Amino acid sequence: MRLATREAFTGFRKAPLLSTLGILTIAFSLFAFGLFALVALNIRNALRTVEERVEIRAFVADGTSPEAISTAMGDIGSFPEVLRVTYVSPEEGLVRAKKEMSEFSDVFESEFLPGSMDIRLRPGFRDPTTVKAVAERAGTYEFVDDIGYGQEWVENLYKLRTLATFAGLALGAAFALVAVIIIGATIRTAVLARSREIAIMRLVGATDGFVRLPFLIDGFVKGVLGGLLALGMTWFASETISRSMIRTEFFDTRVAVLGVIAGALIGLLGSLFSVGRHLKEV
Amino acid sequence: MIKFQGVGKEYPRTGIALSHITFHVRKGEFVFLTGPSGSGKSTILKLVFMEEKPSHGDVRVSGVSGRGASRREIAKLRRKLGIVFQDFRLLEDRNAEANVAFALEVTDTPKAAIQPRVHRVLAQVGLASKATSFPRELSGGEQQRVAIARALVNDPFILIADEPTGNLDDRATRGIFQLLRDINSTGTAVVMATHDLDLVRRADCRVIELNHGRIVYDSAETPVGAPEPEPGRAPTGDTA
Ligand SMILES: Nc1ncnc2c1ncn2[C@@H]1O[C@H](COP(=O)(O)OP(=O)(O)O)[C@@H](O)[C@H]1O
Ligand SMILES: [Mg+2]
Repeated sequence: MRLATREAFTGFRKAPLLSTLGILTIAFSLFAFGLFALVALNIRNALRTVEERVEIRAFVADGTSPEAISTAMGDIGSFPEVLRVTYVSPEEGLVRAKKEMSEFSDVFESEFLPGSMDIRLRPGFRDPTTVKAVAERAGTYEFVDDIGYGQEWVENLYKLRTLATFAGLALGAAFALVAVIIIGATIRTAVLARSREIAIMRLVGATDGFVRLPFLIDGFVKGVLGGLLALGMTWFASETISRSMIRTEFFDTRVAVLGVIAGALIGLLGSLFSVGRHLKEV
Repeated sequence: MIKFQGVGKEYPRTGIALSHITFHVRKGEFVFLTGPSGSGKSTILKLVFMEEKPSHGDVRVSGVSGRGASRREIAKLRRKLGIVFQDFRLLEDRNAEANVAFALEVTDTPKAAIQPRVHRVLAQVGLASKATSFPRELSGGEQQRVAIARALVNDPFILIADEPTGNLDDRATRGIFQLLRDINSTGTAVVMATHDLDLVRRADCRVIELNHGRIVYDSAETPVGAPEPEPGRAPTGDTA
């Protein structure tokens, strides 16, 4: 085992440039992934707060009878997705609008707001699709003039999150592929540089596992280093954004460890592919 | 211990290298494998240490079949074989001691057991005083002794030597040959390929002679002086 570890480090000495490149591409792979994952994480947190406040407002036409409204509220209240329905009179609506959008308070000064049925959904039913479905059902009442539920906001956030996740995955995967190829190339160089030694190992009865081990350790160590580097870079990026733009949350320890493990796996995979193929040649 | 039964070998590009090879090597035997260059001596030895698989028939070494052995079984088998070549195959960046120890290090030998065994075999091949010399500081004969020490350090029951004296002068050749005889006298079987007919004639050992990939003479099968078997008069049913 000590022999294997020692031999792994000769990999660095024999091909320092390619080794460094390998570590850097692993780091960039995980950094790209980490950055987008960070965006996705923070959007998710934002969505959670937004979702808690998700509310469907069904604006009621002027002059609708209170009976009609209360029947409708009873109906809507019995939807399984609905937590509760409250009626907001035009006067209350105006007060609330001023409070919610204090910057625009003068706009509402003269404006008349219709009364509305405010529908809150149960937790777990606050995703855009359900919100939209409930809103559409509430909109089927003849006296409902207009429906508002901040749909664009929620939908855009969702889209952004999906986009960030996929962009991170795609970019990360592309870098990971390049990393696997580069690690493979370093291992290839290392294998060829030591083909004589390997041939003798084989001759005296070293098992494939033993011959392979130092190269796998080599790839593993490079992967861990790349993973740590990526973690550092992602943390630095997160801090910079936090300080200069908006407060962001960083990954918890579990996810950070997972990232480093991912790096180790990329390194291991690169050496595994390469060593399997090239050991047959020597 | 070594059993060739109707063995044929074809290489992808060069074609048939061996055909109808049948012979046994018993425990503790000393066998010369002779024949002109290209007659198939090295191929037979490669089949013994299973670097090549037979195309026909089967090779059995210590119960391991050349047809069916897994890579792991082959590795385990090689720990019980000692193999030396004409070109020594030493690692230039390690001294004699380290070259011999290498064979133990890569086969899971406990660290404490390595040093004494290395010293024992270096003494056995007469190189105790040159343990810390590097290959470039040693003569050809001495380098071959290091290679033999490395082959012996795992206590093999067969020593396989492919033209071990091919790069050596007469004196060194005699020294190496005597060393192989000494090793054989301790019970290790030796199979040595050589085209040095003087060496073969002077020694009183079993000789298997090859020509064009066939055994044309085996002193264990044919009384000396009997006519050589005709090429092609091989056992039937093994050419499938
Ligand atoms: N690895 C190989 N690939 C293709 N042909 C080979 C290979 N090794 C040996 N041969 C062929 O097999 C024949 C026997 O070679 P070899 O066993 O090396 O003979 P020897 O050791 O008696 O000189 C030769 O014709 C040689 O060209
Ligand atoms: Mg040969």
